[in-house]
Amino acid sequence: MATARISMPTSAKSGDVIEIKTLVQHVMETGFRRDELGRAVPRDIINTFVVTYAGGEIFRMDLFPGVAANPYIAFPTVASETGDVVFAWTDDRGTTLTETRRLTVT
Amino acid sequence: MTLRNRSLPLDRRTVIAGGCAVLLSPLISQPAWAADEDLAAAVRTATGGVEVKPGRVKLTMPELAENGNAVALTVSVDSPMTAADHVKAIHIFGPENPLVTLARFHLGPRSGRAKVSTTVRLANSQKVLAVAHMSDGSFWSGDAYVLVTLAACIDGG
Repeated sequence: MATARISMPTSAKSGDVIEIKTLVQHVMETGFRRDELGRAVPRDIINTFVVTYAGGEIFRMDLFPGVAANPYIAFPTVASETGDVVFAWTDDRGTTLTETRRLTVT
Repeated sequence: MTLRNRSLPLDRRTVIAGGCAVLLSPLISQPAWAADEDLAAAVRTATGGVEVKPGRVKLTMPELAENGNAVALTVSVDSPMTAADHVKAIHIFGPENPLVTLARFHLGPRSGRAKVSTTVRLANSQKVLAVAHMSDGSFWSGDAYVLVTLAACIDGG
């Protein structure tokens, strides 16, 4: 997993629902394909995406081979307090990519 | 969740789609109705056997997808998203895909709104199903039919 792009406001009014959009680079190899020699290409997908905000989990997604390569995921959350939003993508190899964005709530 | 493929009648279009069959050749012997069975089994696993009622769930997808490798999907559920009444999870099923369960979202009162988006792969034209699990234990569903002109498994799906 090389890079992730995150689009979300940096500040919001308390109680507002904000939308967070994420895009992460990943092949999402399904495990159903075969290479030119007929060998099965092993599955390698991001299987879990977890988002915490000010220490509490606000969103989680279980991904399967049916999710497209370079997964785009968008979800809402309520701006409740100033704190870090932490994004974590974990793939089949056990690699976790973590990104943090600060949300200031007024 | 089970793996399978469908046997297809041989016309020009399915010859082109034959790439899928090559990829999944060990599984090709299963009959066409396996799709419905697999969908029912996947839904049953998700709901624990509770009845799924149609409604409250709106699944938005393009009617026509030129390429099954990345098809946009948005689900919204009619729910106040309060601590007492919210959507706990949304399951997405693609009955024609080798793996019927495509994605699962976990939400809660902190979501504020029950609306999520992602992109999925579609192995064929099919009716995609979204099932929402409410905090009161009920399940609701919505679906969308997508016509796929180039299946996901032809070029690397």
